[in-house]
Amino acid sequence: MTTVLAGFRDGWIVTRRNLLRYMRLPQLVVISSIQPIMFLTLFNFVFGGAIGATVAGSGPYINYLLPGILVQTILFGSLQTGVGLSRDLNAGIIDRFRSLPMSRSAVLTGRTSADIIRSSLVAMILLGMGYVYGFRFQNGAGDAVMMIALILAFGYAFSWIAAFVGLAVKDEETAQLAGFLFIFPLTFASATFVPTATMPHWLQVFANNQPVTFAVTAARHFALGTPSGGAEWKLLAWIVGILLVFIPLSIYSYKKRS
Amino acid sequence: MKYAFELKNVKKHYGKVVALDGVTLRAEEGKVYGMLGPNGAGKTTIVKILSTLIEPDKGVATVAGIDISLDPTSVRKTIGLAGQFAAIDEFLTGRENIYMVGLLYGLKAKESKTRTTDILERLNLTDAADRQVKTYSGGMRRRLDLGASLVGHPKILFLDEPTTGLDPRTRKELWEIIRDLAKDGTSILLTTQYLEEADELADKIAVIDYGKVIAEGTSAQLKAKLGGDMVEFEMTNEADYRKALEATKGISKGIKGDDFELTIKIPVKHSATDLLKITQIVDRAGVKPQNISLHKPTLDDVFLAITGKKPKHQLPKKPKGGKQ
Ligand SMILES: Nc1ncnc2c1ncn2[C@@H]1O[C@H](COP(=O)(O)OP(=O)(O)OP(=O)(O)O)[C@@H](O)[C@H]1O
Ligand SMILES: [Mg+2]
Repeated sequence: MTTVLAGFRDGWIVTRRNLLRYMRLPQLVVISSIQPIMFLTLFNFVFGGAIGATVAGSGPYINYLLPGILVQTILFGSLQTGVGLSRDLNAGIIDRFRSLPMSRSAVLTGRTSADIIRSSLVAMILLGMGYVYGFRFQNGAGDAVMMIALILAFGYAFSWIAAFVGLAVKDEETAQLAGFLFIFPLTFASATFVPTATMPHWLQVFANNQPVTFAVTAARHFALGTPSGGAEWKLLAWIVGILLVFIPLSIYSYKKRS
Repeated sequence: MKYAFELKNVKKHYGKVVALDGVTLRAEEGKVYGMLGPNGAGKTTIVKILSTLIEPDKGVATVAGIDISLDPTSVRKTIGLAGQFAAIDEFLTGRENIYMVGLLYGLKAKESKTRTTDILERLNLTDAADRQVKTYSGGMRRRLDLGASLVGHPKILFLDEPTTGLDPRTRKELWEIIRDLAKDGTSILLTTQYLEEADELADKIAVIDYGKVIAEGTSAQLKAKLGGDMVEFEMTNEADYRKALEATKGISKGIKGDDFELTIKIPVKHSATDLLKITQIVDRAGVKPQNISLHKPTLDDVFLAITGKKPKHQLPKKPKGGKQ
């Protein structure tokens, strides 16, 4: 019990340190908001026209688009966990932490927590922009909160994958690239931007059965009331699965002393 | 007798590189243990093992009597580490850095706060305390890093090349701080590339080369092997050289003349006073030397004396993005 408490205490100390860093680098939050806003704008006005004013059952394209871009943004934000960890590794700070009598999980929980807090901020900015473009929640406040919670939980789980990658590659640029390699196909070969129905069959099989599509479908379900086909439960299973695998893996690779 | 730390036949390799090739050493409690060695000798590897960052491949390492492989957590409670490259957060202020480390040592918020203020004061960083570290000079970073290692009241302190890259005055200030810590009873492991520094601070010195301890002893014992300081005269012509050699004959043991270079080397015990005396003798002999110098033994001389060769310095390496 005391070790669990100590874990939370140390995790919070490290979270605060990471948040302080983010506050001292406000450009980081601004830049990480500009990119998704650009995506939102481009997709809305470029694809929006091509796809037609409405997507079946979702109303205007912006309604369809925003939950997708939100998921994508949160996933990209999660990559920062790997980048931040490898930066700390190279700057020697992690060696300092590893020599201290602190919880062995705190550096990782502190990192993933700070990153999800930063991501929430970016998500709020993006939602605000969506409202400007005409996005509206169709299903009331409760479901809106559900949508945001689910997306953030998904992003949090992804942070742990990124943490593992960051600790494994030990290099900021590689951590970033490895993350992109992984997230680009997942977000584009999914229902994030367009319905999967027009994709070739083999791609549909992949697109319809991967977690990003579940996340986006569940998000739309809560935002717009579109049918989910149980996507929220499949997503939940993915989140739990990722956490169960990658939390111990990451902590193990943090602890390893070689 | 309990030792501050002890290594028994410790081996460590990185891939094919043998970093430590069977190191055995032990340091008494409350003393400063100096570790002297050129680049790549294995100093940092030893510090990393003792501070629980890495585990040895073979052998046993204990700190405060605790095996680092069996109970690293207990070891971490008793030690402070100031690594070779300052491990502090650029975007936090000096105060925030030390305060955070204090909390992570398990201090209560209030305790960590007062302790931080004390340390900043002691390390002469009070004025810069509330500035972000990225505005600090190299010397200030080093001091702050040392400060972070002190906040948890460590009984044993590991300082990896704490004065490398500092100007002479800042180095002397840091020496003072280290001496004070030793006086308070902290056991200290200090690595350095400078014989002078080990001589100034360490009660006992181990000389490391290629992952091995090649000599161990007090500074006096090591210096005895070297013959200590030398006064060196360089003459302009052979006649002066002969005269000076004649005049200084017998004033010290082991005088060496070089009739090709026209130099005379005289081992001395009390460098400054002996230098004055010898200069007067030479002056009275009516010789005008071209050059007089006091030669202090360096790490190179230690190696020359022990191994018969100069140390082969490997290229220093820096972690990516790391700052001194
Ligand atoms: N992570 C690593 N991977 C590969 N080789 C390493 C690693 N760390 C150290 N070495 C090698 O181990 C040997 C000992 O290195 P160490 O850092 O202990 O030397 P040092 O005495 O601290 O040198 P310096 O004075 O340059 O700091 C060197 O040959 C070095 O190249
Ligand atoms: Mg070193």
